[in-house]
Amino acid sequence: MWDDILQFIDPVLDAGFIIGTVKAVVIVVALLGIVPALVWLERRLMGRFQVRLGPNRVGPLGFGQPIADSIKLLFKESIIQSSADKFLFHLAPAVVVFTAIVTFSVIPFGESFTVFGEKIGLWGANINSGLLFVFAISGMGVYGMVLAGLSSNNKYSLMGGLRSSAQMISYELTLGLSALSVIVMTGSLNLIDLVDSQKSLPFILVQPLAFILFFIAGVAETNRAPFDLPEAEQELVAGFHTEYTGMKFAMFFMGEYVNMVTMSSLVTLLFLGGWNSYGLPLWPILAFAGKVFFLLCVFIWLRSTFPRLRYDRLMTFGWKILLPLCLFNLLVTAVIKVL
Amino acid sequence: MTEYFFISVFAIVALIIIGALLALSTILGPRNPTPQKLIPYECGIIPTEEAKGRYPVRFATIAMLFIIFDIEVVFMYPWAVALDQLQLFGLIEMVAFIAILGVAYVYIWGRGGLEWD
Repeated sequence: MWDDILQFIDPVLDAGFIIGTVKAVVIVVALLGIVPALVWLERRLMGRFQVRLGPNRVGPLGFGQPIADSIKLLFKESIIQSSADKFLFHLAPAVVVFTAIVTFSVIPFGESFTVFGEKIGLWGANINSGLLFVFAISGMGVYGMVLAGLSSNNKYSLMGGLRSSAQMISYELTLGLSALSVIVMTGSLNLIDLVDSQKSLPFILVQPLAFILFFIAGVAETNRAPFDLPEAEQELVAGFHTEYTGMKFAMFFMGEYVNMVTMSSLVTLLFLGGWNSYGLPLWPILAFAGKVFFLLCVFIWLRSTFPRLRYDRLMTFGWKILLPLCLFNLLVTAVIKVL
Repeated sequence: MTEYFFISVFAIVALIIIGALLALSTILGPRNPTPQKLIPYECGIIPTEEAKGRYPVRFATIAMLFIIFDIEVVFMYPWAVALDQLQLFGLIEMVAFIAILGVAYVYIWGRGGLEWD
């Protein structure tokens, strides 16, 4: 017992410990800093897609708008309706943000470089089971939504919570199975190994079907349109977070946008070759950021292009089309790999 | 172990930020609840019954199906990582495994377990 604890604290005595800790803090702060930028990008792009301007008054190009909004939300009254379960009501948004941030800890976004004789890797933590860790922790995010739906004691919220749990577990299968065909090709769950094995060509060219399936499941997992059934505004008035106000409401959005960044990073790592730039004269980190930015724009593009699916269609689509396609793709990949 | 320590640093930083956000909004926000404000929102209609009631059994069946299939996926992960060593043996094993899974899948589909109405 004590040995385990000592082994766990052992890195404290190491020089790399300080670097790792600073890195972790910087990554979390940067990640949360991306959220207002992403909100701004989404609102501006949506504006353009719908032939209007979008927010453009606060600050240059309206960039101050999301910052002003979040400060406003901080000063709003926090209303907890009387029949709600107080503890779970507070816990739900915390779970959503917590899982979103911790999931990102294993995402690498560049090669390691050396400063003052210390090797610094551009990742929070480099573990061998990186991909499994991502699936395990991001899967816990469902609890946040279910708890929000249950604790609100509101019919819309309950419906949204139920829908989101059923949707997310259904599409988690597709997510896991389509990533599996990439794992068969590389034989490693380490995300850095995955990128290294795409040095010559990205897996999207080898595994186009897996890429499409993974991306669809990724959009569904992050509850983005056209799969935003849990929060369907017109039917469920925001679903599981109907009763939330102020900062707790904003925390659900923080979670959603951080998840979007994580999912885009994951697609980039698995299928688009991570930070490999394939002959283009780009810094690795810029190549990675460019790919992630492109995918984020695709997320927003999808939202402004497709209408929302009907719930029964969504479930049958996941179970009857995506799941068999995943298994088929996996088998074909394994047969080609072995023979 | 070191790398997992950094993950726990992430967790701690996340907890601090969450705590700060919740605390700040409690301190900064006004607080004047009224009975009307504290009833559940139902588009202006006064709620007649508790929200927690019966819900469609579909959600429970989907959850059960998920558990079955997810465990199958869990078995496939070590197989996928070790396929290099297992070679043909591993492939045949997995074909048999997926075939058995496929029988169950076709059965569920045939019995209407995947329909939603």
